Amino acid sequence: MHSPRAWLACAGVFLLLAVVVPGLNAWTSPGSALHIPEYIITVGGKFLCYAIVALAIDMIWGFTGILSLGHGVFFALGGYAIGMYMMRVMAGEGVYRSELPDFMVFLDWKELPWFWLGFDNFFFALFMALFVPGLLAYVFGFFAFRSRIRGVYFSIITQAMTYALMLWFFRNDAGFGGNNGLTDFKRIYGYPLAAPGTKLGLFVLSALVFAGVYLLCRYIVTGKLGRIMRALRDHESKVMFTGYSPLRYKLFVWTLSAVLCGLAGVLYVPQVGIINPSEMQPANSIEMAIWVAVGGRATLGGAALGALVVNGAKSWFTASAPDLWLYVLGALFVFITLLLPGGLASALDNPHVAKLKSRFSGSRAATPAE
Amino acid sequence: MLIVQLLRRLRQLTASSWLALIVLSIAATWVRPAAAAGFEQAVAGLASEDRDQLGAAIVELGASGEPRALVVLKALDAGQIKLDEKGAVFIQDGGALVDAKTGSPAQPSGATRTPPLNNRVRKNLTLALARSELESPNAEVRLNAATTLSKDASTDLVPAMRAALAKENDADVADLLKLSIAGVDLASEDAKLQLDALRMVGDVSAVGLLPAVRRLAEEGGPAKSPEVKTLAGAVEAALERKVLWVSTLANLFYGLSLGSVLLLAALGLAITFGLMRVINMAHGEMLMLGAYSTFVVQNIVKQVAPSWFGAYLVLALPTAFVVCAVVGVLLERTVIRFLYGRPLETLLATWGISLGLIQTVRLLFGAQNVAVENPSWLSGGWELLPTVVLPYSRIVVIVFSMVVVGFVWMLLQKTRLGLYVRAVTQNREMAGNVGIATRRIDMWTFALGSGVAGLGGVALSQLGNVGPELGQSYIVDCFMVVVLGGVGNLAGTVAGAVGLGVANKFLEPLTGAVLGKIMLLVILILFIQWRPQGMFAPKGRAAAEL
Repeated sequence: MHSPRAWLACAGVFLLLAVVVPGLNAWTSPGSALHIPEYIITVGGKFLCYAIVALAIDMIWGFTGILSLGHGVFFALGGYAIGMYMMRVMAGEGVYRSELPDFMVFLDWKELPWFWLGFDNFFFALFMALFVPGLLAYVFGFFAFRSRIRGVYFSIITQAMTYALMLWFFRNDAGFGGNNGLTDFKRIYGYPLAAPGTKLGLFVLSALVFAGVYLLCRYIVTGKLGRIMRALRDHESKVMFTGYSPLRYKLFVWTLSAVLCGLAGVLYVPQVGIINPSEMQPANSIEMAIWVAVGGRATLGGAALGALVVNGAKSWFTASAPDLWLYVLGALFVFITLLLPGGLASALDNPHVAKLKSRFSGSRAATPAE
Repeated sequence: MLIVQLLRRLRQLTASSWLALIVLSIAATWVRPAAAAGFEQAVAGLASEDRDQLGAAIVELGASGEPRALVVLKALDAGQIKLDEKGAVFIQDGGALVDAKTGSPAQPSGATRTPPLNNRVRKNLTLALARSELESPNAEVRLNAATTLSKDASTDLVPAMRAALAKENDADVADLLKLSIAGVDLASEDAKLQLDALRMVGDVSAVGLLPAVRRLAEEGGPAKSPEVKTLAGAVEAALERKVLWVSTLANLFYGLSLGSVLLLAALGLAITFGLMRVINMAHGEMLMLGAYSTFVVQNIVKQVAPSWFGAYLVLALPTAFVVCAVVGVLLERTVIRFLYGRPLETLLATWGISLGLIQTVRLLFGAQNVAVENPSWLSGGWELLPTVVLPYSRIVVIVFSMVVVGFVWMLLQKTRLGLYVRAVTQNREMAGNVGIATRRIDMWTFALGSGVAGLGGVALSQLGNVGPELGQSYIVDCFMVVVLGGVGNLAGTVAGAVGLGVANKFLEPLTGAVLGKIMLLVILILFIQWRPQGMFAPKGRAAAEL
C-alpha cells in the first residue's frame, strides 16, 4: 500500500536516524556547527523507544480498536528485566561492594531471591524481557477477550492491571527495589554505560529496532491479518458471524504489541539509567495513548510522529514553562479528540494539502490512494 | 472521794511505768518531726545531680503521705521547681519563689536551675503523683490516678493500691484498682494470688492482660501449678473469643465506612455511565473540587462567623453540590456533548480536562495538602476496646451516604426528571421518539452525577487529606465499583461499593493493605469473566452493546 515514493521517504528517514545523526555526533568535532551533542543522542534514543511503544499501541488501538490504558506495564516489565541483568553484572561494584544489589543489602537480605537467578546472562534477560510481558498479556487477554469484554470496560480493567502491578512493585519486599527501583547501572554486555560510544551504539540500535518494528507492523497491517484487524475495529459482530474467531486474532495482536513494548523497554532503560514503578502509573499509559491519537491512529508513521511531537513538546515545556505543561497536555487531549480525531496524519488528508500532494505526484490522480 | 481514789491510784503506779510514760510522751513529740525529716530529706534529694537519687527522692515523696509532698510533685511535673547553688529547693509560684519544704517565701542564693528530668525520672514522677492522688478526696482525681497506675503498675505499688482499695467507695476507681492489682498478681509466685487474679481478669474481661494470661496458660506460672494452668487456659479462651468478636465487628464497621466512601465517590459515575455510557475520567476531580469547596467554606466561616464553625458543614454541602454540578454542566456542554457515541474518545478528552483541573487547583491553592478541620462534634470516637475506636466522623459518613443514596433514589423514582433519566438509560432512541429531550436530560444527569461527587468530596475532606491529587487516588476504585456493580441500577452501585469496602477490610489483616488491594483487583478481573456486565446487569437488548 506504499507507493515507491513513500518507501523512498521511509528509507530516507531510517538512514537519517541510523547513519546521519550518529555520524554527525561521532565524526564531527564538538566545535563544528554540524555537531550533534551527546544529550540529543540520549534524548533521541529515548524518543525512539517511545516511538516503538506508539507503534505497538497503534497496532491494537488504531487498527484493532482495543484501547489499552495499561500498556505502560509491558514497557516497564521489559525495562525491569534488563535492569535486573545490569544489576547482576555489576555485582561487587555497588555502594556496599556486595554480590547483592545495593537495595538488597539495604533491606538486610542475605541472598538473591529465586526470580533473580539467571539474570546475569544477557540473553536470558533479553528473553525474559520479551517473554514476561507477553505471558502477562496472553493470560490477561485470554480471559478478557474470551468473555468479550470490550470498549470502555476493557480500558478500565487494563488500568486496574497496571495499577495493581504498580502497587506490587512499589513494595520493598517484592524484591524489585521498591519505590526507588533499579538504578546506578554500570555496564551492558560489557560496554560501560557512561562511555559516549555505548550511548551512540544504543541510539543506533534503537533506530535499527525501530525500523525493524515499523517494517514488521507494516507487513502485518498490509496483509490478511491487517484486514481482519480493521474489520474487528469496525464491526466485531460481523466478523464473528462471518466465521472468524475474534479471540485468536485479538489475542495475537495484543500479545505481539506487549512484546514490542517490552523490547522498547529493553532499549529504554540503559539509555535513561533508571527503572522504577512510577513507569507503571496509569497516567503514563494514558499519555502513551495520546501520542498515538495526536499522531494519527491507523497510520503507523503518524503514531511514531505523534510520540516524537508530544514528547518533544513535553521536554520543551517542562524546561521553560513547567506550570503550563499540564494545561498543554490536557488541551491536546481535548483538542485532538474533538477536532482532529485522525491526528496530525489526518491533517495531511485535508483537501488543501491533498491538492498540493497531487501537484507533486504529477501523473497520479488527485484522488488519494489508500 | 474520787480525788482521794485517784491519788491512791497514782501512788500505786510503779516506777517503771512512770518511766515508760515519760519516755512515750517525749517520743510522741518526736514522731511528727521524724516523718517530716523523711519528707525534708526527699525534697533535698531533688537537688541531687545523680538521676538515680532523683528518682528515689521522687518515689519517697510519693510514699510520704505529707500533704506538702503532693504540692512539690505537682510543681516538679509542671516544671516549676528551681534549685539554687547550695542545693535548696524552691517552687516558682507566679513570679516569686517559695521554699519547697515550708511554702514560705524565700530567696535563693545565687543563680537557679531546673532539675533535669529524663524519661525514666518522668515515669517515676507520674507514678508517684498517681500514688499520692489515690488519697485525694475528689473521685475524678482518684479515677485518673487509678487509670495511670493501671497502665504501669509495679509490685512495690501494690500495697499502696490495696490500702487505697480498702478505703475506696467509688465503683469505677475500685474496678481499676482491682484490675491493676490483678495484673501484678498474675506474675506473682503465690498460686492462690494468681488464681484470684485470673478469676478477676475473667470476670472483667480485661483484654489488655491477654499476653500475661497466655503465658500462664503455657507455663503455669513460677509455681507450675496445674490448677493455675487450667484456669488460665479457660480465661484465655474467653478473652480470645471476645477479641475475635470485637475485631470482626470493627472490620465490618471499617469495611462499611470504606464502602460508604466508595459509594459516595462512585454513585455519580454510575449514574452518568449508566445513562450516557461515557466514563468520565474527570470524576475524581469532582470529588476534589467538593473537598476544596469545603475548605473554602471553612475558611470563610472561620473569618466571618467563628462562633458558627461547628455548623460550617451545613453550608459546605450545598456549596459543593452546586460548584460541582456547574463544573459538570460546563464539561458536558463544551466537550462531552460533541463526543456522543464515541466513549473511548470521551475517556481521553475527560482525562485531559482532569489534568487541567488538577493544575488549576494546584496553582490556586498550592501543591500541598490543605487543612480541613473536623468540627468538634465530629471529633473523637466510640471506644469498644482499648485498641478499637470507631471514629464519630466515620459513623456520620456512613449515615450520610445512606441519606444521599435515599435522596438519589427518590429523585430517580419519584420525580419527572428521574422518570426521564430512567427512560433514556433504558432506551435512548425510544425515549427520544416519545418526546423526551435526550440531550437536555444528558446535561441534567451530568449535573446530578457531578453534584453527588461533590457531596462525596465533602465527606472525604472530613476523613482524610485534601490535596490536588485526591481524585486520582479514588478514580480506579470508582471504576471498580461501577464495573463490579453493573450500571443502570442503584442497587448495583450500593452492592458493589459496600462489597468492595468490606472485602478490602477483611482481607487486610490477612494479607496487608497493599496485597489485599491487589488481590481484590485480580478477583474483580476474574469476576468479570463470569459476569461481564457486573452484579446487577441491565436487561434488554440495548444492554448488550457497550
